Amino acid sequence: MREILDDIDRWRANGKKVAVARVVKIEGSGPRDPGAAMAVNEDGEVAGSVSGGCVEGAVVSEALAILAESSPGRMVSFGYSDDEAFAVGLTCGGTIRLFIEPLAW
Amino acid sequence: MSLYERFRDLVRAETPVALATVIDGPNVGAKLMVVREGNTESVEGSLGNADLDRVASRDVAGELEAGRTGVRHYGPEGQATPEDLVDTPTVSVFIETFAPPPQMWIFGAVDFTAALGRVAKVLGYRVTVCDAREIFATKRRFPMADEVVVSWPAPMFERRGHTLGPRDAVCILTHDPKFDVPAIQGALATTVGYIGVMGSRKTHNKRLERLAEVGVNQPHDLERIMSPIGLDLGGRTPEETAVAICAEIIARRTGHGATSLKNTSGSIHS
Repeated sequence: MREILDDIDRWRANGKKVAVARVVKIEGSGPRDPGAAMAVNEDGEVAGSVSGGCVEGAVVSEALAILAESSPGRMVSFGYSDDEAFAVGLTCGGTIRLFIEPLAW
Repeated sequence: MSLYERFRDLVRAETPVALATVIDGPNVGAKLMVVREGNTESVEGSLGNADLDRVASRDVAGELEAGRTGVRHYGPEGQATPEDLVDTPTVSVFIETFAPPPQMWIFGAVDFTAALGRVAKVLGYRVTVCDAREIFATKRRFPMADEVVVSWPAPMFERRGHTLGPRDAVCILTHDPKFDVPAIQGALATTVGYIGVMGSRKTHNKRLERLAEVGVNQPHDLERIMSPIGLDLGGRTPEETAVAICAEIIARRTGHGATSLKNTSGSIHS
């Protein structure tokens, strides 16, 4: 999260709403460890990453939805091995669990 | 100041901090933070229940100590034993640890130092360049270094050797025994994870004689000294050498044999 703080500061200074997605769990093979973080502002601008590029697009949509509905945040999973998983998956075959929340703390 | 702003400032100041977030259960998004400043630990924020805070803050402090990141599950009032959690709604808490970056100390203000410093920065190290010669050890020559110290090795290790640990690296790039030998002695007295020393095989053999003269001849000490420094990538430039050194540091830490993945089997990310 260290590497996205500057972007978050800039967006907040401009009065933009910001959501942060963090990897909390990886099952099987996964490109980024827990703690990998990505920030999305209300205009859809992105800083950081949570995978090798496999799920970023879906995370942006989910983050924008969370900002729009003023949700306190929720868990989102991606991966082939999970029944509830989104259609998007990791090409390496693992499952990635993310927590996405508005930066309102 | 909001909790986020406090957290942000602590992370920027490289103060060890662990952040706990409720990711499932009551009070999703609630946060608690354990901060270690010097020898004191403080708890800020709340996960929404005083009992849960009490139990979780103990675990968060433990994770901070160990530098671990992961998910823990509790009962709504902090119950932590599996029997207590049967048939009750649980709270899942993501605990993320922000530890200061690992250190790389580079001894010797030479051409290879600048290249190694740049590659080390890419890998997230806090880079310190140390040389006794004031005209060479300048911030202007090593703008990528977080710190340039004019010092002989012995006083540097006396003052700050205790801050080095298994995640850290010491690279000795001087070819001068006056400097090499005390730097190696200083590094061996710490728990630093990697000690690499530059020089040809001939230089290395001569250095071993000098080390033996000052009493460094135990196999467990000599085993720790990576010399000649770096993996055998066949590169020649300072930049290629820097990659070979950093690749060796990674391979030593993981215990892998540093062969091409094409020629091995097993999981890539394990």
